This record gives sequence, C-alpha cells and structure tokens, in this order.
Amino acid sequence: MTTSTLPRKRRTSNRPSWEEKPSPVGQGAKSLVVLIVLAVIAVPIYSVVLTSFSTQASINKAGGLVMVPGELTLEAYKQIFSNQLIVHSLFVSLAITLLGTALSMVVSVLAAYGLSRARSFAHRPILMFMIVTMFFGGGLIPTFLVVSALGGYDAYWSQILPGAVAVFNILVLRSFFSSTSPELIDAAKIDGAGDWRILWSIVLPTSKAVLAVITLFYAVGYWNNFFAAQLYLPDNGMWPLPQVVNTYVLQGNSMPGSGITNTGQYFGHQQVAPLTIQMAVVTLTLLPILVVYPFVQKHFTKGVMVGAVKG
Amino acid sequence: MAAIDDGVAAPPALPSQPSAKAARGSKGMNWWGRLKRDRTLVIMTLPAVILLAVFSYGPMFGLFTAFQAYDIYNGFTGSPFIGLDQFQRLFGDPLFWHSMENTLVLSAVQLVLYFPIPILLALLLNSIMSTKIRSFVQAIVYLPHFFGWVLVVTIFQEMLGGAGMLNTFLRQHDMATWDIMTNPDTFKYLVTAQAVWKEAGWGIVIFLAALAAIDTSLYEAAAADGANRWRRLWHITLPGMRSVIILLLVLRLGNALSIGFEQFILQRQAVGRDAAEVLDTFSYYYGVVGNNFSYGTAAGLFKGIISVVLLIAANKVAHMFGEDGFYRR
Repeated sequence: MTTSTLPRKRRTSNRPSWEEKPSPVGQGAKSLVVLIVLAVIAVPIYSVVLTSFSTQASINKAGGLVMVPGELTLEAYKQIFSNQLIVHSLFVSLAITLLGTALSMVVSVLAAYGLSRARSFAHRPILMFMIVTMFFGGGLIPTFLVVSALGGYDAYWSQILPGAVAVFNILVLRSFFSSTSPELIDAAKIDGAGDWRILWSIVLPTSKAVLAVITLFYAVGYWNNFFAAQLYLPDNGMWPLPQVVNTYVLQGNSMPGSGITNTGQYFGHQQVAPLTIQMAVVTLTLLPILVVYPFVQKHFTKGVMVGAVKG
Repeated sequence: MAAIDDGVAAPPALPSQPSAKAARGSKGMNWWGRLKRDRTLVIMTLPAVILLAVFSYGPMFGLFTAFQAYDIYNGFTGSPFIGLDQFQRLFGDPLFWHSMENTLVLSAVQLVLYFPIPILLALLLNSIMSTKIRSFVQAIVYLPHFFGWVLVVTIFQEMLGGAGMLNTFLRQHDMATWDIMTNPDTFKYLVTAQAVWKEAGWGIVIFLAALAAIDTSLYEAAAADGANRWRRLWHITLPGMRSVIILLLVLRLGNALSIGFEQFILQRQAVGRDAAEVLDTFSYYYGVVGNNFSYGTAAGLFKGIISVVLLIAANKVAHMFGEDGFYRR
C-alpha cells in the first residue's frame, strides 16, 4: 500500500503507457457531454437561488426566473422571515432534523456495534429480525393506523419515530465496525475497557468517514420529509418547510400571512405568492443541503463505496 | 495440582487464534452464560429492535385489517372479520386495475429509459483521467440525490411548467408554448426525466465501485495483445460490471410495483388522477384520505404479495444466467 502511493499518484494525472492517445474529436465529444450533464443539474439550482435574491423589476424583465444577475435584494428574505408560518416551519424542520438525526444515529450506531462482534449472543437472530423489515412491511395504511393508535396523529413524534431506524444504514455501519482490528479491541479489553468504552474510544474514532456519510443520509431524510407531515399533521401551523413548499409553491395555494397574498401573480385561478417569495422559500429548503454537502462529500468514496459493495 | 499448573502455563498461549476463538465461541458455555457475557451488546441493539418491533412488525400484524371491515371507532380488535370481501371488491374495481396498469407502464418506461443512464455515466466518468475534474463532476452529479421530491418537482415546475423558464422563453419568441408539467400523455416521460435528474448521478456510485475493482493488469494485457479501447470495453469493462448490472436489474424488476410514491402524490393534482394514480397512491387516497382503511390495506397487501413473487421470479432468472442475483442458490 505505502510503496505504491508514489507511482500511483503520478499515474492518475498521466495516462498509463498502454492506453492510446485520445482523438481530439473523442475528447471534444466527451467534454461536451460532461458539460451538458453539469449544466442540466446546476443551471436550475442557480436560477432558483438567483431569482430569490432578485428585485421584482428584474423578474418582470426576465418574465420569470432570472438567469443574468441584475439588481439584487434581500427583500424576499425579509418578507418570509416576517411570516409566522414560514419562520415556524423552519424551526419545526430544524428541530425534527436535529432531534431525529441524533436519535437515529445513536440507535443505529449502538445496534451496529452490538451486532458487529463475531459470535456474540443472538446476533444472528437479531440481524434476521432487522433484515426482514427491509423486504416485508405492513405498508402505508397499517403503519398509519399503528402510529395513529399510539397517538402520533397531530403529534410531532410521528415525524421522527416511525422512520427512525434505517436497517440498511445499520448494515453499512456494522460492516465498518466489524473491520476494526480485533487485536486493538482485545488489547483494550485486557486494559479493562468495556463495550461502551471500546465503542466510544476505539471504534467510533476510526469510523469517522462512514459516520459522516450516514449522518448526512439521515439528516437529509428528515429535512426533506413532507409526506409524514401530510399524513400525520393536519394543521399547517405544525408543518415543516417542505410541506409548506409543497402546498404554497407547488400546489399553488395562497399563502396566509401579511403582504404575500395581495401582490401575487396569477397562476391558474388562484393568487399565489410572488415568485421571489416562492423561490426564497425553495432556497431556504435547499440551503442546508448545499452548505453541509461539501463537507461530507469528500467522505463519499470512503464511506459509500464500501457500503455499496458490501451492502 | 496439574490442573493449576496448566492454568498458570496457559495465559501466554491464549492470544493465539484458536484459543481466543474458544473463549469467545459458543462451545463450553450455555446460552445463559453467553447472554451474561454479551449482555451489553444485546442491550445496545434493544432500542433499534424495539423501534422496529413497534413500527415495522406492528404494521405487519395490522395487515389483518385487510380481512376486516375496519372502523376507526371500534379499532383493530372491535372491527368485524369479513374474509376476502375487500379483495373481491378490489379485483372488480376498474380504478384499481387502472392504477396497476399505470404502475407497470411507468416501471417499464423507467427500466428502458432510466436504467442504462447511470451505467453510461459511470463509464464516461471512469474514462476521465484527471482526478480533479473527475471528483468535481462526481460532486455535482451526486447533489440532486440529496434534494427531496418536493424540491425536484418544484424545480421542474419552474423550468418546464406553464409559467416556467422554457415557456416564458417560447412566449417571448412568439412560439407555441408546451406545458409539459400538466400533460397526462407525456407524464410517464416527465417522471422518468425527474428520476434521471435526481437519481442517475447517485446511481453511478455502485458502478464506479465495480469499475474500480477491475484489475488494471487485464487492460494492460489486452492492450499488449492489440485490443483497442472499444474491444477492451467490450471484453473487460462490461464483463467486470456484469454481476452488478444483473443485481440491479433483479432489484428493479422485483420492485416493479414500487416506482416511487411522493413524486406522484406531488403531481397528481397537476396532471390528473388518470395519469398519476399508481398502486401506492391508490391505497393512500382510497385508504387514508377516503377513510376506507381496510380497502386500502387490501390494495397494499396485494401489491406486497405480487412484489415478493416478482422478486423471487427475477432472482430465478438471474440464477439462470449464472449470477448470484439478490441471494444465492
């Protein structure tokens, strides 16, 4: 491993000797395809974010989404942060994401470690118990009935507990934890460390990459969740942000709150919030992902590839 | 005396593999002893086990509702058992068969138009030599996977919808507008395009892993034998990806009835029920929204049974091709 690092590094920028030189046409076509792929992904995001910072004048000039930055303003953000509904939904989303992710990570890490030690008591039946849920389930309505019967309807916990455990994530974590060197664990045991200590001081510090990636998976799941809100939260005062986007941007319903309904553009027969406001809410939903993503992205190769191969 | 001597002499030999195995293994220890030894580990799994028992196994028992005339006021225990009546009603319901048809058509369109794209993207990305450019492209194409469907559909709406960027452009240049977002006839291509936009980039992860696992000396040897790049692609790269491709194909076929759910709920109003009703939305609208809990559960259960059959059948086909598929044998 260590001896091959140097020549390998050199080879990544130079092509291997046996590979023929690319033709200019082939190279050009390849670059073009890559550029188109990048543009298809980046341009919509760019124009949505840009529009949220644009003045009504530049939006009118563009006739909709803005592509060329003109006059920029924070007016839309001032307006949405004075809107009770949106501010509250932002808090709800943040709280659900933070609490849910913390709970999911604690539960998943513990379960993964508990199942990662070879030949421990009942680890096979417990593993089977978990894996079965990946293929069989009650489906939507029985789940809804169970959660409702437990009082989850109209309660915030319904946004977190029913989906708190993703067995796939446990399996990925477990395969990482079981690759921790057994000598290290035995040495810690001889020094008198219990399982909690070993997990905390040995296994977790060596698994940072996969922990970062799994945390991102859970957090993104909670952050994007609108359907649990649609199922269990009838009152829009309790909604998280994506459900607000769904109702007031996508479905085009008029948004309660001052100053938003009366200046709206016509959209079908309903008056909806001005485009800047809509795009500001969308940007607010995009933003945490765009901010956190670069920090976690570098762990993907380490964290996901192994998971993809093993899982 | 001798036994004690052994005990003293043993420790230096203990760290070796077989004895460590014996100490940890099940031999010579009853289950109570092993439980006592591993109680911390078992306790650690408990929170997950409890959550799954309540929210995954609980609903499995709730499937019994499909054989009842479930009434919210009487609950699960108080509702009358009516046998297969819900299923009879289901099979005679044209709306149900229509949603089944939609589901299968959408699945087929996605299989043909979506499935090859991540493979092609992975090959393209793998052929980029510069690591800097490659990781940059990777970072961008992974990104949409982390957006929720609400965001993806909203972004599509802003780009292609009636008031969106495309149609604004067309209108400004006096051309006929083209409202893709509300057209039921092209809905299947629209949702496939959305799935491609959101997931195709992420879908390359597993193929890149397979590509990275191919031994480079194979390429070198093939090149020495005079195989050009296309022959190397055909004879080394594709066979190297074969098992992953078949695995994903099996999974895809096994999940033919689960093509996603949020995407259709979000757009059902815009394109109408005829185009956007799939099995999952059917059980949601008739079950939860329409308060026909037993009926919706029956639809869900029927879907679940067919899905398991499909998965097993698809796996059989994979075995016939000599691949592992989803599980072995």
